[in-house]
Amino acid sequence: MAVDIKKYSVTRNACKLCTPLGAALAFSGIENSVPLLHGSQGCSTYIRRYMISHFKEPVDIASTNFSEETAIFGGGLNLKRALDNIITQYKPGMIGVATTCLSETIGDDVPMILRDYKAGKKLEDLPAIVHVSTPSYRGTHADGFHNAVRAIVDTLLPVSEDSRYTGEDTTGSSKLVNIFPEMVSPEDMRYMKEIISSFGLKGIMLPDYSERLEGALWFEFKRIQEGGTKLSDIRKMPSASGSLEFGRILAKGESAGRVLKERFNVPLYNLGLPIGVNETDRFISALNEITGVETPDAIKKERDRLIDSYVDGHKYVSQARAIVYGEEDLVAGIVSFLTEIGIKPVLCASGAKSGLLESVLKDINPDFDKSNALIMSGADFVEIEEIAGRLKPDIIIGHSKGYSVARKLNIPIVRVGFPIHDRFGGSRILHLGYRGAQQLFDRIVNTIMENRQEASDVGWSYI
Amino acid sequence: MPDPVKEYMDVLDPEEFKKEVLSKYPTKVARKRAKQILINRPEGEPVQEIGANVRTIPGIITQRGCTYAGCKGVVLGPTRDIVNITHGPIGCGFYSWLTRRNQTDPSTTEDGHNFMNYCFSTDMQDENIVFGGEKKLRQAIQEAYDIFHPKAIAVFSTCPVGLIGDDVHAVTREMKEKLGINIFGFSCEGYKGVSQSAGHHIANNGIFTHVIGTDDTVKKGKYKVNLLGEYNIGGDAFEIERLFEKSGITMVSTFSGNSSIDFFANAHTADLNMIMCHRSINYVAEMMEKKYGIPWIKVNFIGAKSTAKSLRKIAQYYEDEELIARVEEVIAEEMPEVERVLEQIRPRTQGKVAMLFVGGSRAHHYQELFKEMGMIPIAAGYEFAHRDDYEGRKVLPDIKVDADSRNIEELEVHPDPVKYNPRKSPEEMEGLKKKGFEFKDYEGMMAEMPGGTLIIDDISQYETEKLIEKYKPAIFCAGIKEKFAIQKKGIPMKQLHSYDSGGPYAGFKGAINFYHEIDRMVNSKVWSYIKPPWKKNPELSARYAFVA
Repeated sequence: MAVDIKKYSVTRNACKLCTPLGAALAFSGIENSVPLLHGSQGCSTYIRRYMISHFKEPVDIASTNFSEETAIFGGGLNLKRALDNIITQYKPGMIGVATTCLSETIGDDVPMILRDYKAGKKLEDLPAIVHVSTPSYRGTHADGFHNAVRAIVDTLLPVSEDSRYTGEDTTGSSKLVNIFPEMVSPEDMRYMKEIISSFGLKGIMLPDYSERLEGALWFEFKRIQEGGTKLSDIRKMPSASGSLEFGRILAKGESAGRVLKERFNVPLYNLGLPIGVNETDRFISALNEITGVETPDAIKKERDRLIDSYVDGHKYVSQARAIVYGEEDLVAGIVSFLTEIGIKPVLCASGAKSGLLESVLKDINPDFDKSNALIMSGADFVEIEEIAGRLKPDIIIGHSKGYSVARKLNIPIVRVGFPIHDRFGGSRILHLGYRGAQQLFDRIVNTIMENRQEASDVGWSYI
Repeated sequence: MPDPVKEYMDVLDPEEFKKEVLSKYPTKVARKRAKQILINRPEGEPVQEIGANVRTIPGIITQRGCTYAGCKGVVLGPTRDIVNITHGPIGCGFYSWLTRRNQTDPSTTEDGHNFMNYCFSTDMQDENIVFGGEKKLRQAIQEAYDIFHPKAIAVFSTCPVGLIGDDVHAVTREMKEKLGINIFGFSCEGYKGVSQSAGHHIANNGIFTHVIGTDDTVKKGKYKVNLLGEYNIGGDAFEIERLFEKSGITMVSTFSGNSSIDFFANAHTADLNMIMCHRSINYVAEMMEKKYGIPWIKVNFIGAKSTAKSLRKIAQYYEDEELIARVEEVIAEEMPEVERVLEQIRPRTQGKVAMLFVGGSRAHHYQELFKEMGMIPIAAGYEFAHRDDYEGRKVLPDIKVDADSRNIEELEVHPDPVKYNPRKSPEEMEGLKKKGFEFKDYEGMMAEMPGGTLIIDDISQYETEKLIEKYKPAIFCAGIKEKFAIQKKGIPMKQLHSYDSGGPYAGFKGAINFYHEIDRMVNSKVWSYIKPPWKKNPELSARYAFVA
């Protein structure tokens, strides 16, 4: 049920971030890459600040440092100088250029500037340069992320070079599979790779910031942190046996997986974010289908233990009322999981407004309609707060920015997604797969339990 | 006595360091950076000139922010009862939402208004960029008024606003007339200056024009002061307020930690302006002196000794025996605890090396705390300061005004025909000066740093890495953007923008907090686990301390 509340023209406490942030994050997941924001230096500083406080890792994002004259006369020269300086200083394999509202408003023709830049250089001296258009007045950080992933595939795998990819088997005996994991945590990425290899597959994950945004100490100077999808692997993507793409909302639009399907006929498996049993089952079945192999025992046992704990914990969470907010695909995944453990999602909110959230929630679970949950698109936290009190929620689930709502309602918050800047270990939260569901389940049960324990007059010390 | 800094720097020649760093840059970049990296020579004449407040080169990753960040985020952000509306797409408002840990105590204003927990944005969409955003802005102001009935609303422009030609000043004037409350706008588009510093100036101009002097109520109190450039990060202002109250000094306003717009409005009734962060707020002090006759002095409440010195300076200004005696009593009461803690901690911190790269004043002020702990600041620099913050205000006449600075309006200020009232006669000022009292003077960072130390302006990520690799400091102070790159090297990093989750660090109690915090950090057990047993590389045995 879509919510109809008084809409203001001002956004109060936004429940979305800006598009270039998503693009910078996606570009950070490519090996030896430097993200470059074409605009004022404040954009890259603010975005670095936000990503760093979540991942607690160094994040380098360059800027073309617009001045007033640049804003008037155009940013071509600045972009070229920035590319020169990045190439000399960092020797990157790829530079990901994302625009900002500034360069978009003045109408800089970035593809033309890049063509012009390349024309004066020897191609073999240049890194790959990928451009994505990300004005912050269009869409949210999730759109920036998806568009950047699509731009990487689109730019690095042009159709004209089709013949280069077909028939080339560089992977030995293992089958190749592409995986587009969505904006998930480094821990999620590591676990997805583990599952893929346990099926005997070689997975190419795009992007993959699991190491770069959660790495070890450095014993020597590193220009660019290690890790990320290899450019040589991206070039192998057209010969994969299939692409697994997470995100049911994403599946309704243009996506990297779709480019690979249309251009190279790579079978595309559109899946929801595998959160909870149902969505993970679908993901595992896709792997069964691609490989023709049965699910490895270790994974089956994870599922068995998860269901066993669902049974043991059911009464603590059954009919508890939850508010969920965040990126639309994350909300869809979390709601799917909550529904299977008997938690009633009373409000599902997102700052995005694709208009697809409600239908997607019904697709995942036909019973969703009966839950009478409210669905709020283009939401901000003040609107969420205004409506939340009436819904008598027991728990709220989402990123750190919902903390003030939880505090006002005096209910606990379980932190998932991005950004988590008021807690430690945001990078290590596991959301996906049976193991992720297990961790979410334990955290939610314990949070509800702790809250009841604290509120109890007599107190109790065992269950 | 051996000079520990000299011995340290002799072993690791700073000239060598500079040469090595510059050699990796393209010629043009190297030429520019050479002016921004100096080996300090405080006694030499003339004072060395540093390249500062110059544009960062595209593609070089800087820690600097933008004009909007300086205006909305830094200067106006900590004022609790102005509804601050960001006019632009969503990013800028979101990123400046409660990220600076400014604290406030709404119980000190009657209406108890506090809008700091909110982030208001016009969240401009495609159609606003194409057809203009003034209508949406007007609606946003109306809604903010209807919901909150605030005393004031401020509008902050982001990059696209100036470009699409939205006239925020016309809209705010119109809405001010319509709603009858103070409404004003700032043209602080991100691209306008070299760094956030441009935004500070724009914010100063705006508050001076639209707020200061609009309420003539005179607060009770014998010694009335304003504290400028104190932003109440981690509760610093609360500690300073405690000391003022104890000393019998009345704080009319703070710009802008724990502030209300009401306090700004009658700031012109104070008799002394004190500047903490020279970079971000000296403009307001200068303009208030011209318009209202309030002299200003530089103070520093970071470090126990500096706090005592600053309190004495205030008492000296008033030339009042009662205040002089009271301030001495306060210092005598506060210092024993400071000494006790220092005695405990010093054996664990003495001789260790610190580096500070932050802000427009903090990289200077915090050296006081390290010196009190017996630690040695061997390298420092600002992120967005100007030459006068390094070399002292004496160089002001020599600073060339470049195109970037010319973009920011210099207000023409004249004595107010009614409200101008010089607090000290020229003779009194002269008398104080003869006793060694300094008005409107800031000597800058370089004068107070030992010879042979490194001064680096707008340090880049790459230079930071090199600096750490060569000098292996015991602690590095900067902001969150540098934090994890420093810690990757196994070196503790203290955030001096937002204090991590700590503070206050100002005043006497703050100093004690800071000593404990640094002790916890440099002497943590985790540093002994950095090298795994299988990575036996003798070159990596880090030199964490320099023993003089």
